[in-house]
Amino acid sequence: MNTTTDELLQVDDLVVTYAGKGMFAKGVEILHGVSLRIGRGETLGLVGESGCGKTTLGRAVLGLAPVTGGRIEFGGKDISHATRKERQALSRDLQVVFQDPYTSLNPAMTIGDILSEPLGIQGITGADARQRVRTLLDRVHMPVDAMDRVPREFSGGQRQRIAIARALALEPKLIVCDEPVSALDLSTQARVLDLLLEIQENIGVSYLFISHDLDVVRHISHRVSVMYAGEIVEDGDATKVTTDPDHPYTRRLLLASPVPDPDRQAARREERLAHTAAMGFEVA
Amino acid sequence: MLRMIIRRLVSGVAVLFVVAVITFLMLYISAGDVGRRILGDQASEEAVAAKNTELGLDEPVLERMGDWFSSALRGDFGKSWFTNEPVVDAIMNRLDVTLVMVFVSITIIAVVATVAGITAAVRRGWADRAVQIASIGGSALPGFVIGVVLINFFAVQRGWFPAVSRIVPGASVGDWVNSLTLPIIALVINGAANAAAQIRSAFIKQLEMDYVRTLRSRGISEREILFKHVLRSAAPAGLTVLSLQFIGLLGGVVVIESIFAIAGMGRLAVDATTQGDLPIVMGVVMYTVAIVIIVNLAVDIANGWLNPKVRAR
Amino acid sequence: MSENVTTSEPASPEAGQSGTVVRPNLVRRLLKNPLGMAAAVIIGLAVLAAILAPLIATHDPNTASLTDVLIGPGENGHWLGTDSAGRDIYSRLVWGARVTLLSGALAASVGIVLGLPTGLIAGYFGGKFDGVASWLVNVLLSLPGIMVLLAVRAATGPSVWISMIVLGVLFAPGFYRLTRTAVQSVRNELYVDAARVAGLSDARIIARHILSVVRAPVIIQASMVAGLSISIQSALEFLGLGDPLVPTWGAMVGDGFRNIYRQALNLVWPMLALAVIIGGFVLLGNALRDALEDLEKVKAKHRTDTSARGSLGSAPPVEAGTEGILLKVSDLGVGYPQSDGTIKKVVDDVSFEVNRNEVVGIVGESGSGKSQTAFTILGLLPDNAVVTGGSIQFDGNYTVALGDDRVPQSRLVELRGKRISYIPQEPMSNLDPAFTIGSQLVRPMVKVLGISKDEAKQRAIDLLASVGIPDPPRTMAAYPHEVSGGMAQRVLIAGAFSCDPDLIIADEPTTALDVTVQAEVLDVLRELQDRVGLGVVMVTHNFGVVADICDRVVVMQDGRVVEQGAVRQILRDPREQYTKMLLDSTLEDKEPLTRLLVDAGEGSA
Repeated sequence: MNTTTDELLQVDDLVVTYAGKGMFAKGVEILHGVSLRIGRGETLGLVGESGCGKTTLGRAVLGLAPVTGGRIEFGGKDISHATRKERQALSRDLQVVFQDPYTSLNPAMTIGDILSEPLGIQGITGADARQRVRTLLDRVHMPVDAMDRVPREFSGGQRQRIAIARALALEPKLIVCDEPVSALDLSTQARVLDLLLEIQENIGVSYLFISHDLDVVRHISHRVSVMYAGEIVEDGDATKVTTDPDHPYTRRLLLASPVPDPDRQAARREERLAHTAAMGFEVA
Repeated sequence: MLRMIIRRLVSGVAVLFVVAVITFLMLYISAGDVGRRILGDQASEEAVAAKNTELGLDEPVLERMGDWFSSALRGDFGKSWFTNEPVVDAIMNRLDVTLVMVFVSITIIAVVATVAGITAAVRRGWADRAVQIASIGGSALPGFVIGVVLINFFAVQRGWFPAVSRIVPGASVGDWVNSLTLPIIALVINGAANAAAQIRSAFIKQLEMDYVRTLRSRGISEREILFKHVLRSAAPAGLTVLSLQFIGLLGGVVVIESIFAIAGMGRLAVDATTQGDLPIVMGVVMYTVAIVIIVNLAVDIANGWLNPKVRAR
Repeated sequence: MSENVTTSEPASPEAGQSGTVVRPNLVRRLLKNPLGMAAAVIIGLAVLAAILAPLIATHDPNTASLTDVLIGPGENGHWLGTDSAGRDIYSRLVWGARVTLLSGALAASVGIVLGLPTGLIAGYFGGKFDGVASWLVNVLLSLPGIMVLLAVRAATGPSVWISMIVLGVLFAPGFYRLTRTAVQSVRNELYVDAARVAGLSDARIIARHILSVVRAPVIIQASMVAGLSISIQSALEFLGLGDPLVPTWGAMVGDGFRNIYRQALNLVWPMLALAVIIGGFVLLGNALRDALEDLEKVKAKHRTDTSARGSLGSAPPVEAGTEGILLKVSDLGVGYPQSDGTIKKVVDDVSFEVNRNEVVGIVGESGSGKSQTAFTILGLLPDNAVVTGGSIQFDGNYTVALGDDRVPQSRLVELRGKRISYIPQEPMSNLDPAFTIGSQLVRPMVKVLGISKDEAKQRAIDLLASVGIPDPPRTMAAYPHEVSGGMAQRVLIAGAFSCDPDLIIADEPTTALDVTVQAEVLDVLRELQDRVGLGVVMVTHNFGVVADICDRVVVMQDGRVVEQGAVRQILRDPREQYTKMLLDSTLEDKEPLTRLLVDAGEGSA
């Protein structure tokens, strides 16, 4: 595990409120004061169920969700309300991989254009850009001739590799990965996770890895934060949080995810039923 | 639901008001020398000036608009410049023929388009292709061309139907049927062709929904799925299509009434336009827009009622 | 999770479909379509005639001649005769093409110029502008076009161009709505978010990522609008409301109509011209749409075939000794005919059995054919699917006999909902939003079990209680949109059990749910299954789910069975390399932060 002294991303008491619909409707507060930090070269896993606010947190870091309270610091700079211009500079260091590889690539553009778009914004064009795109494709183990093709010619796993290549184009310091493997098949998921680990080893990038799957988060993270209803209920060392959690909600999550062995799963089920009975969770 | 209806009503009145203001300003700002047009070239300058004063045309436009609104609110839309007939009377005397044509046509369109659209969507194959070709053909032919062809073939050459409407006050039912058959066919061909294609796609969209497959898996019969579930879900789209067709028909009758020499509101509008009888034009526009707003409101209410999310409110 | 069963089109296997490159070329596809070609030729010829009018016209279109009134074709050098003022019909037709095309183009351009930018702004930014613009659009849409044109004509006198501009304004709402909807659908696409993260300005995002989505639909709409404008414009001229000095086809029809008893032929030429050119635009629009849809066919859905196709005759008796097996699938093959005449097999040579009181899991990745197999058992395949071989027998009778090339609906109708039932993947989309949950539970019971409505209601309440719904009467009265996804899935499970089936086909029943809800739903399923002792086919990609509920497992890949066996044998000691690879890909019990697959990164994902 990497030990880091200086934090790369620091989120303090973050509040995100979406404006309500209509003139007098009240806004909806999604995040109620969330704090977390990520060091250089470190992966923070953010785990929770649908609607808990984990995706909103990622979007707030990226400037895609309205920050209504608290602050987000990146590389020592407050970016909670960064302007478009500042975002443009920021995009060098802060990138994203989304969940759905089918809608995260513009279907009308070639892979080459998709990958060179972020380069163009930073002033890299022409032959330089093409060379960079080639390197990027190579880094995510895609053939160079992918450049002249359009997204629908690729499978989900391949598209996700392309999305990762786009995120890597400017050699960022932090990539927000929003459920990057949950739309993928099991074996494809394994390959993409392997790829993310390999990239981290090679260039020392940090990940904010958002997922609903405790197993995925355990596998890829150094530290884990567990989110429930817009708040972080537990955080700490990845193995500790995901195998021996303190908080009852994390425990419930852990016991609910089934293990691929009938007898161990039967034991886990019994444990879960006992836990549920003790905690008295209502039905979803 | 009630709130939705009230909101729609308020919005409808607002639309009527905006249309009135725009139409009034457009018509009267560019009206030109109305007195001269009414009295003809032989009339003296004094007579023309007197006519203009009589019609109030020498007053500022905004003032006249205020007058028009205050009398319109009392149900008085002024008088025709040429016949002196009150606008309301002129329209009401002709509205029945027009409304009969429009409502009979929209009913036939609704039935034909729904049957054709559903058949095409459910059967697919040749029925589908036939409906698609017919709907392209039907929407490619302008209404007046269809009218002219019908009148040439069935009235002029065969003499099966009158080429000139026999509808006068006190005309028999037979005269009405005879006189309106060809015009209604002309109106229906265009509308049904268009609506069938759209109802077809609305149905296909519903048939592809997951819940249809689940209903099948539950042992519900194909007929029940189609007429209880799919029809219900496709109805809002269908009603919207029909309301647009209805608006189209109100335009279509203008042409068709002229071709078949039917003394309806559309014919009145054309004649008033040619003459420059602005009070009549203004009145016809207001009546038509009011009818459209009422029909749209009815469709909105029906669609709201069909949608449980809206009905609950 | 990526196995999306709503698109029944077989998913392409990983690493495949990279050989042939099909570029989206709208124009080429358009011209390949005979109708599109015809439309292009018609419009091309009309444009040519309009441009060359001064050269190819034989007479001045407005020169009247009192001596040559209404003469027939070919007389006095008038190829098509003359009208009631003695003007040459052929020359008027040629010049008329000019006005006709220009008026159509003008109306469409005005519509686009007004509708496209406003639609872009309203769709992309929303807010107040959207509210005001949408209200205005509703006003415009409630105006009957011809009435407005009459009022404008009354105000401004006869002018083709003014009325076409007004018509363009009236058509602007169409473009506005089209653009706004298209923009709204892509505004929140992830690739637009990605562009925002990259720091692209709004203007560049619209230009690069959004305009391209709107372009094709706007062109289609423009073609339709051009046809419609010509139709309306000529109607006005036909009524005599046009400019008498401009030769137009509409005015020519009007002139012919007024002289219908003297020279009926004069009607034919302009009407033909109008019908052909308007038809040309309508065809062009349709052909463009087809070409566009062709491009999107990849994700096209197919409807389920429920017509009573397939032989009605009784199937042969099943092999002696197998009558007791609940479900026996033997050498089953299912495929989809391709455009080149071949059949692409999505299920190939699949055999397995399910006994009473047994849960059999079918495991595989997307494109493995597991869902297709399940839908074949249910007889709910898309209507272009064919059975390429094999048989399915249920409780001692064939549902698909050897030699059937379709699933015979007559046999399945007797079983579906009664003895074989189905639990779908997506809870929300599988309930009809327009009916209460209660009515959707009660109706099948009344129909299948023949019990009274009240009895069925009581049963439904009991069922809902048994699937762990806290307040069954309230849920019965609710509409689907009023309950959570987990609740909806419990309702669907209750529905599947409601008519005492012998076999349940569950197609990824927990994939769309959160893990905590998944665990509870699996509990419900297990408990009900234990209690009534029926057979279950559980389609899933999740080995945890398999371990939790299945007795036996069938592993599928590319439409074939890789191996099958008892759940402990498959999960602990798989024989086949593919199964081993799948199990290696699971994350539970693996060393964190290490590679999962040795052969990772060969560009094969």
